[in-house]
Amino acid sequence: MDASLYAKRRRRNGTTMALAYGATGFGLSWLVLILAVLLWEGFSGLSLSVFTEMTPPPGSAGGLLNPIAGSLVMTVIAVLIGTPLGILAGTYMAEYGRYDKLTTVVRFINDILLSAPSIVVGLFVYEVMVAQMGHFSGWAGAVSLAVIVVPVVVRTTEDMLTLVPDTLREAAASIGLPRSLMIQRVAYRAARAGMITGVLLAVARISGETAPLLFTALNNQFWSLNLNAPVSSLPVVIFQFALSPYKDWQKLAWTGALIITLAVLALSIVARILTAQRKTS
Amino acid sequence: MVDVALQGAGVSTTAHLDRGKVLQRLRLSDVAFRHLTRAAAATVLIILGGIIISLIWGSLPALRAFGVSFLYEEVWNPVTEKFGAIAPIYGTIVTSFIAMLIAVPVGLFIALFLTELCPMWLRRPIGIAIELLAGIPSIIYGIWGLFVFAPFLQQHVQPFLITIFGEIPILSTLFAGPPYGIGVFTAGLILAIMVLPFITSISRDVFEAVPPVLKEAAYGLGCTTWEVARYVVLPYTRVGVIGGVMLGLGRALGETMAVTFVIGNAHRISSSLLAPGTTISATIANEFTEAVGDLYTSALIALGLILFVITFIVLAIARLLLLRLNARVGG
Repeated sequence: MDASLYAKRRRRNGTTMALAYGATGFGLSWLVLILAVLLWEGFSGLSLSVFTEMTPPPGSAGGLLNPIAGSLVMTVIAVLIGTPLGILAGTYMAEYGRYDKLTTVVRFINDILLSAPSIVVGLFVYEVMVAQMGHFSGWAGAVSLAVIVVPVVVRTTEDMLTLVPDTLREAAASIGLPRSLMIQRVAYRAARAGMITGVLLAVARISGETAPLLFTALNNQFWSLNLNAPVSSLPVVIFQFALSPYKDWQKLAWTGALIITLAVLALSIVARILTAQRKTS
Repeated sequence: MVDVALQGAGVSTTAHLDRGKVLQRLRLSDVAFRHLTRAAAATVLIILGGIIISLIWGSLPALRAFGVSFLYEEVWNPVTEKFGAIAPIYGTIVTSFIAMLIAVPVGLFIALFLTELCPMWLRRPIGIAIELLAGIPSIIYGIWGLFVFAPFLQQHVQPFLITIFGEIPILSTLFAGPPYGIGVFTAGLILAIMVLPFITSISRDVFEAVPPVLKEAAYGLGCTTWEVARYVVLPYTRVGVIGGVMLGLGRALGETMAVTFVIGNAHRISSSLLAPGTTISATIANEFTEAVGDLYTSALIALGLILFVITFIVLAIARLLLLRLNARVGG
């Protein structure tokens, strides 16, 4: 046995394994660093007035009530538009045309839309809605968020329905249940937890989206939920306030960032619990 | 039998509706539902078509005014209405390249750690932590990069880089000039942190799909963990890993907010990585709402079109590679 070769191999293995440990530590330390700074800066500015007062002019105290409300309203509308569309499309792909050409093409395109740059979605909705109507509006913001919701929901719906065992469908068909009712009352029920997870993930995804809102919903300094006019949203306000030279605005931007992050983390934890339940039951 | 199903479905069969009519109604709703789902599936294609058509339509004025020179001119002057896209294209490619240079090896090593070295009880927590990193919205990376990371780089890392690379021919131009903090280099680093979770989780998934017998056979021959990873796992998963890397690259190319905060928005190509620059997405995000005049707006939409075409190609290659992988695993 060649002892020097053996030692060399041992050494190389030791080095690369140390690199693997180091890489993992490196990756995780960013998560810790980002969350630590965010919690520190965010919590120091968190108070009740953040949720009860409007965004202030520079130099005076205020809160984030109007952007929080605007974000909530646009998110709800985006989910109301995007979810049914996504679920129906996913249903076609998993139930009716599992092996046909349309499904293959839609699946491919959908996967691309899933990671397409969101700023392009903003440009698309700007061209289709804002340029046609002649003004920025909350509706345009909601629609651009809906365009981002659809691919997420399509993907999870299809995946979850594909997991439903065919014996359930056969049992439903054998008692004479029409196919549409079989899907609605048997397949949906079996895949419910997974489909809800998909919607939660979609909400998590859009709650931090900034780029598509910049030139659709724009921003609004005042209390306004009129969806035919510009509507304020949390991410856009963070963008504007963080890049401003005013200390109070930067403080509010950190607080807003903390609120968004906590919301996104809560949503993904709930989604995880839901999927975990499905696996054990 | 139908009646059982009908009752189960909550459809009332009242006296004045005979079975034939009920069946007829069910058949109709069945067909209607089928077509509804099919229309919804087609909507996904319509969205893609709409994006492409609206971007082409919107960029027509700029493309007509500048022609092909739009792709290679550096000038970006809203006052004289002269626009060229090469500076943002260059910035997009360079920042993404820096990001991949760091994120690919680190991501692969983390995936190796998770599949070969990590004790079982730690795998799930670390996996979840990496996925949480992927879930953090990009604007959070942006604000953190602007207030924490860029000042840190400016004070501690960049002066150091400028000094040690100052004597070496090529590196001295890449790391020249005053340490601004914000710039192409910083944007690339932030992007690396952002795409790291994507590359890690896909690599981990494909590494886990390697049949244990292959690895056990290599271990049985006396291979070290590194040799198993290098000569068994990596060749077996090559297609999947490349697919994951392309997916990460697609993200990096299109990422907007994290980059916009830290790149400095300067329309020029500098030889130094420490100088401010711009990317396609950062240019659009910074200038779109303030763009006056149709030509300015159109030039920005044309930038969006270029970005969409680039990312579409990258993502399509990624998906095709991953599809090929699935076909092999399935077959």
